[in-house]
Amino acid sequence: MDLTGATRIVIIGGGQAGAQALQSLRQGGYEGKLTLVADEAALPYQRPPLSKAYMKGEFSEERLYFRPEAWYQDQKIEVILSTHAAKIDRTAQTVELPHGGKIDYDALIIATGSRPRVLPTKGADLDGVHDLRDLSDVERIRPNMISGRKMVIIGAGYIGLEAAAVARQMGLEVTVLEMASRVLARVTSPVMSEFFETEHRAQGVTILTGARLDHIDGADGKVTAAVLADGTRIDADIVLVGIGILPNEELAKDTGIGCNNGILVDRDARTSDPRVFAAGDCASRPLVHFGRSGRLESVHNAIEQGKLAAAAILGKPRPAEDCPWFWSDQYDLKLQIAGLSQDYDEIVVRGDPKDRKFAAFYLRNGTLIAVDAVNSPPEFLASKKLIMSGAKLAPAVLGDTSVSMKDIAAAVPAA
Amino acid sequence: MAKITYVDNDGTERVVEATNGESVMEAAVKNGIPGIDADCGGACACATCHVYVDKAFMDKVGEQQEMEKSMLDFAENVQENSRLSCQITVSDALDGLKVTTPESQH
Repeated sequence: MDLTGATRIVIIGGGQAGAQALQSLRQGGYEGKLTLVADEAALPYQRPPLSKAYMKGEFSEERLYFRPEAWYQDQKIEVILSTHAAKIDRTAQTVELPHGGKIDYDALIIATGSRPRVLPTKGADLDGVHDLRDLSDVERIRPNMISGRKMVIIGAGYIGLEAAAVARQMGLEVTVLEMASRVLARVTSPVMSEFFETEHRAQGVTILTGARLDHIDGADGKVTAAVLADGTRIDADIVLVGIGILPNEELAKDTGIGCNNGILVDRDARTSDPRVFAAGDCASRPLVHFGRSGRLESVHNAIEQGKLAAAAILGKPRPAEDCPWFWSDQYDLKLQIAGLSQDYDEIVVRGDPKDRKFAAFYLRNGTLIAVDAVNSPPEFLASKKLIMSGAKLAPAVLGDTSVSMKDIAAAVPAA
Repeated sequence: MAKITYVDNDGTERVVEATNGESVMEAAVKNGIPGIDADCGGACACATCHVYVDKAFMDKVGEQQEMEKSMLDFAENVQENSRLSCQITVSDALDGLKVTTPESQH
């Protein structure tokens, strides 16, 4: 459907994807009405620092904002904050607000993001038990980020481990509980899990893997301890829950738009309704370099889909779809990830984890599909190109640190 | 405070009043300067805030850290005066700084 005549564009959700779409629409020359409906009170802001530098209190809230307030005025963007879109009426082409207001659209972008999985145990609602997702979560967590306090983190994913690093650096006593037999089990290989587990232990974090949480204990409505199924009791002043996220797809599903663990979109971020787009954590998209579809939880994905949706609405050529990439900061370690490592059949380690500078390459049928690079930007950046090229690579060469990544990449023709 | 001039690949100049302590990248993004995407928000993870620094300021913008060096090694169209603008901190000493964005970021 040609939407180049659109004069009313609405974006639901003020996260990375929504903010990107606003910017790309205006930069792309769209001059019509542009409305953002966002349920948080703050202007659109960057989420990654919440579990990193911002959690440490290293900078102000304003510094998290993508744009200052004046930019939205300059760009004539109507910003409706602290407001949850209640319903989409696709026949009338309106977004309904909770108190009866309606906003008409010619094109709509759903960028509603995701929400933390709720801990299914008793005590999850006690004071002092927190998710780590929004600015408001960090505001609630901060008063307890004091040396000597006891923090229990449930879930050893990236969010949990990043928070553990920050809390340790601030002098808290930190225990991480993980149900699986290793940390980061869902997202990476045993070699990386072992490296991060060793690192956190060396920094003084207690990590309990294979830990089955029974419940959270409290007194006077406030958390006091996490209790495991085997009876182990771990005292806690504060509990952080980081056990994964769920896509906010209900708004789309309720109006009959196709969803399946995410709002289903095509390469242009378009849903089953040609006037409606979805971008970011909430969308399930074609992963063109991997021959399948899926949902990605990352900054790169949110930015890219925000751009794709804007380009499709404005009738511009589709922007390039990059190899998916991610990063995580823990202590002085920068982990940079390119590609998607699920289904690898071979792993090549380049360098020695003991040097805290190494990379794990993941191959399938001799083709590079992903890399986890620790303090190793060349391995990360070269791999992005190599993954997109789809070229066959010799494992022995990848693992040979006497051959530079530049030379390895140069030997492979570009995609 | 420092006045920073951002020059497009086609020569268009945009002047921004930058605040001490923020990065040259942040000042650009907050003011909607095209050509500086800074996808990672300044974590030195993406190399999408590459700029060419006016040669007169090369000794004032600070030393490159190892991380930045190796990121730049893989950026496109790298020159001697290439820097990642997220790694340059604004101070009074940078008043009058001029940076140019590479064509590949437009």
